[in-house]
Amino acid sequence: MAGSIKDRVAILGMGCTRFGERWDASAADLIVEAAYQAFEDAGIGPDEIQAAWVGTSTGNTGMTISEPLRLQYIPVTRVENACATASDAFRNACYAVAAGIYDIVLVVGVDKFKDAGISGLGDGGTPGPSHSMIPETTPPRSFAMLATTYFAKYGLTFEEGKHMIGRVSWKSHQNGMRNKNAHFQGNVTMEQILNAPMVSWPLGLFDCCGVSDGAAAAIVTTPEIALARKKDPVFVKALQIAMAPRDGNFNQQYDFLHVEATVRAAEKAYQEAGIKNPREEISMAEVHDCFSITEAVTMEDLRFSPRGKVRDDIESGFFDLDGKLPVQTDGGLKCFGHPIGASGLRMIYEVYLQLQGRADELLNPGFPSRQLPNPKLGLTHNLGGAPDGCAIFVGIFGLKGV
Amino acid sequence: MAGIVSYGAYIPYYRLPRSVIGQMWGQPGGKGEKAVAGSDEDAVTMAVAAGLDCLKGLDPKTVDGVFLATTCAPYKERQCANIVANALDVPRSARNADFANCLRAGTTAVLSALDAVKAGSLGQVLVAAADTRLSGAAGGDELTFGDGGAAVLLGKDKVAVEIEASYTFSDDLCDYWRDADDKFVRHWEDRFGREEGYLKIPVEAVKALFQKTGLTPADISKVCLYGQNTRVHATLAKKMGFKPEQVQNPLLDQVGDTGAALPLMILVGALEEAKPGDRILLVSYGNGSDAVLLRVTEEIKNITGRRGIKKHLEIKKTLNSYGRYLRWREMVALAPPARPPAGAASMSAQWREHETAIPLYGVKCRKCGTPQLFLSQSSTRAHICLQCRAKDDFEPYRFADKLGTVRSFSHDYLAGGIDPPTTAAVIDFDGGGRGQFLMVDRDPEECQVGMRVEMTFRKLRHTLGAHTYFWKCKPVRD
Repeated sequence: MAGSIKDRVAILGMGCTRFGERWDASAADLIVEAAYQAFEDAGIGPDEIQAAWVGTSTGNTGMTISEPLRLQYIPVTRVENACATASDAFRNACYAVAAGIYDIVLVVGVDKFKDAGISGLGDGGTPGPSHSMIPETTPPRSFAMLATTYFAKYGLTFEEGKHMIGRVSWKSHQNGMRNKNAHFQGNVTMEQILNAPMVSWPLGLFDCCGVSDGAAAAIVTTPEIALARKKDPVFVKALQIAMAPRDGNFNQQYDFLHVEATVRAAEKAYQEAGIKNPREEISMAEVHDCFSITEAVTMEDLRFSPRGKVRDDIESGFFDLDGKLPVQTDGGLKCFGHPIGASGLRMIYEVYLQLQGRADELLNPGFPSRQLPNPKLGLTHNLGGAPDGCAIFVGIFGLKGV
Repeated sequence: MAGIVSYGAYIPYYRLPRSVIGQMWGQPGGKGEKAVAGSDEDAVTMAVAAGLDCLKGLDPKTVDGVFLATTCAPYKERQCANIVANALDVPRSARNADFANCLRAGTTAVLSALDAVKAGSLGQVLVAAADTRLSGAAGGDELTFGDGGAAVLLGKDKVAVEIEASYTFSDDLCDYWRDADDKFVRHWEDRFGREEGYLKIPVEAVKALFQKTGLTPADISKVCLYGQNTRVHATLAKKMGFKPEQVQNPLLDQVGDTGAALPLMILVGALEEAKPGDRILLVSYGNGSDAVLLRVTEEIKNITGRRGIKKHLEIKKTLNSYGRYLRWREMVALAPPARPPAGAASMSAQWREHETAIPLYGVKCRKCGTPQLFLSQSSTRAHICLQCRAKDDFEPYRFADKLGTVRSFSHDYLAGGIDPPTTAAVIDFDGGGRGQFLMVDRDPEECQVGMRVEMTFRKLRHTLGAHTYFWKCKPVRD
C-alpha cells in the first residue's frame, strides 16, 4: 500500500438524527437536523466548510444537501455504494483532507424511505437499465442463504441455528432499549424472536432490520485543527473498501458461509491500523447487521471469533454490552434503524461517542448507562449488496496515540 | 417412409381432484382429477417441457422447424413457436410456425410437418402441442379441462412410427369457441355438439380412411381418440367399431381434456406400450376431424429414457385448494401486492441476449475450463472469466440440460408473488458452474442443502403485455 490514513485526519464534530419512521420529517429536514448538530458539536458554522460529500441511495447530485443547507457554491459530491454509501462518502472526504486540498469538510448521509408506501426495500436490484430477464430478489432471501448453509455446514438443528441468530437480535434489542434515538426501543424477548413469522426462511421478522428514515453528519479536519479546537478528538486509523466481483452466485468455490469482501477489507484495515489480534485489540464494533445471520458471519470474517465458532461467543454473551467485545452498542441496524445512505455515519457516530465517553448523551431516561468503560479502538463495517457479491467498508477509529 | 422419430410429453405437477371443485360449488364433482399448470406455466412453457422430453439424447441443432399447436398462445401477435425453438436451442435457420385456434391444431401440425419432411424441404420437424384452456368458474368445462403437452419429432431417418395414411374431414360445426377477447371457452348446447359433431364427424373421417386403405377396425392395435369425457369417449369408440381393449387411455380422468394437445398426448401414451408392427389410429376432433394411420417399426425400441405420459402421471402432487387454483389462473381479484411492481421487460435487451438467456447458455473458459453463467440485472453475457480472468476466450456452454445440487436456499414470504412463498436456490451444476434460480414444483418442507434439481423453462413475469420467460429449477423426481 502506498499510503495509510492512520492519524492523518480527525473528526471535529458529528450529528445524527433519531432514526425511524419519521412521518414528521422530509429528507431535507433530516439533513438540516444532522448537519447543524455536527456544526454545534464542532463549534463551527457552515461558512467554514470548504467542501462536502453526501451519501444517499435515493437523492441525486450534491444539491441533495446544498439546497436544504444553502451551501454557497462549494464543491459537493454525491456518493452511492449501497449500504456502504455513507462510509464511502466519509472515506472520500477524509482523503481530500489528507491530500491537503481542504482543511474542514462536511459529510452527510441521508435516506428517506418511509414515503414509499412499502415495507422493506423493493427488489434491491442494481439501479439502472435492466433487461428484466432474471428474477428480482429481496434482501432477506439473499441473506437467508447464509443461514441455510451455515446451519447445514456446522450441523446445527433448526432450533439451535434459530437460537444462535435470535440471540444476536436479542442482544441488539437490549442495547437499543437504552438508546433514545433508536428506531426500535422495545424490550423484545427471546420467545418473541423465536416465534415471530417467517420473512424468508429461516429468517424470521426479528432476524431482519427495519428500513428507516434518518440522517447523520460528520465534520472532518486535519489533526492540527482538531487538537487545537477539541480536547479529545477521534482519529481515523483505517478506511478500507473492498468491492466483490459478484461471482458468489456463479462460482462453485464460494461457500455461502462467509463474505469474502469483509475478510479482504478487514485484513487491509488491520494492516493500516497496525492491529494484529482484533479479538483482543478492538474495544467495540458497529457492524452491518442487516440480518442476524449477517452479524454472526461477520464476527468470523473480522476474526473476532474463530471460523465456525461464533455460536459459542454469541451464546456466552461475548458481544453483549457487558461482554469482552461489545457489538452494536447503539442497537445496530436491527434497532437503531437503517436509512441506507446514513447508516455508515451512524456507526461512526456511536464509536465517536463511546470513545469520547459521551454515550449517555443518548441514554433513554431510567435505563442503566450504555457507556463502555474506557474503549480505545472502535471498528465499523458496512455491507452493501448481498453475500454473493457486495461492497464492504471497514473503518477503525481511535483516540490520539492509540 | 417418413414418420415419428421421437416423442415426449409433459403433464404439470399439480392435480386438482374433481371432488375439490365439486365441494367448492356444492355440486358433485365427479370422479378423477385434472392436471393444473402452475402459475408460471403456459402453452409455451409446457411445449418446451414436452419438447425437452422428446429431444432427450438428440441434438437440437438437427431440428429444421418447430411447429407449435395450441389454442392458448400467450400472444395474439408474436410467433410463439420461435420462443419454444429458442428455448430448445433449435437453430435460427429453422422454419417455425404456430398452428392455432383449433382443437385439431396438433394433428394438423403433424400432417403439415410430415408433408414438409416427405417433400424434402425440411429434414426434421418438432411438433409440440400444449393447451391450458380455461372455463369460467363453476361451469361444466371447469371439471373436464386439464393442462398438458406432447411433442413428436418427424423425420425420415430412424423412423419409429411410420405415418402410412391420413384423412381430413373439415366441418365448420362450431360447438366450442372463444372470440378474440374471450378468456373463457364458450359452448353451444352440449347435446348439439355431441350428437351432430363429436359422435358423427370423426366417425366419417375414420370410415373414409379405412375405405382409402382397405383396413378395418380389427387391423388396429390401438385407437387414440380425442375426447371430452370418459363416457362419451367410450360411446364414440364403440360407434367406430372398436373393442374396449383396442382403445388407448384418453387420460380424461387423470389429466383432463387438454384440447389441441390431447390427441398427441394419447398417442405418446400408446407409443410407450407399442410393439413393432402395431398399427395405431390417431383421431382428432374440432371443426372437423383428422384421422391418421401409423405403423410402429423396430426403431421404437431405441426410444428410451422419456418421461412421456407414464412417468409424468406418477410425478404429481394433489392440489387440495380450489383457492390456489383460482389464484394461479388469475380468476379472482387479489388484494394489491405490498411490493413495488416488477420492472417492464425490455424487448431490445431480450433480443440482444436471446442466444444466452433463453436457451440458458453460459460459457466455458478456453483457458481454465471453468463453466460459468453470467446473470446480472443488466446483462447475461460474460466477458471476463470468473476464475482465471481471461477476456472473451470462451466457448458456449449450455446449462438448461444439466442437473444440479442445491447449495443453499430460502423460502421468501416477503416477495409475495402469485404462489408464496417464493423459493430461491443456489445450485451447483454437475460438471461445474453455479446459478441462483427460483425453485418450483417443490414442497417447502422437502427442500434441503444437497437436494437434486433440474432446469425448467417458466414464465417469470408479465408486464406491459409482454411475457418474460426464464429458467427455474425443480426437484428431480425420477
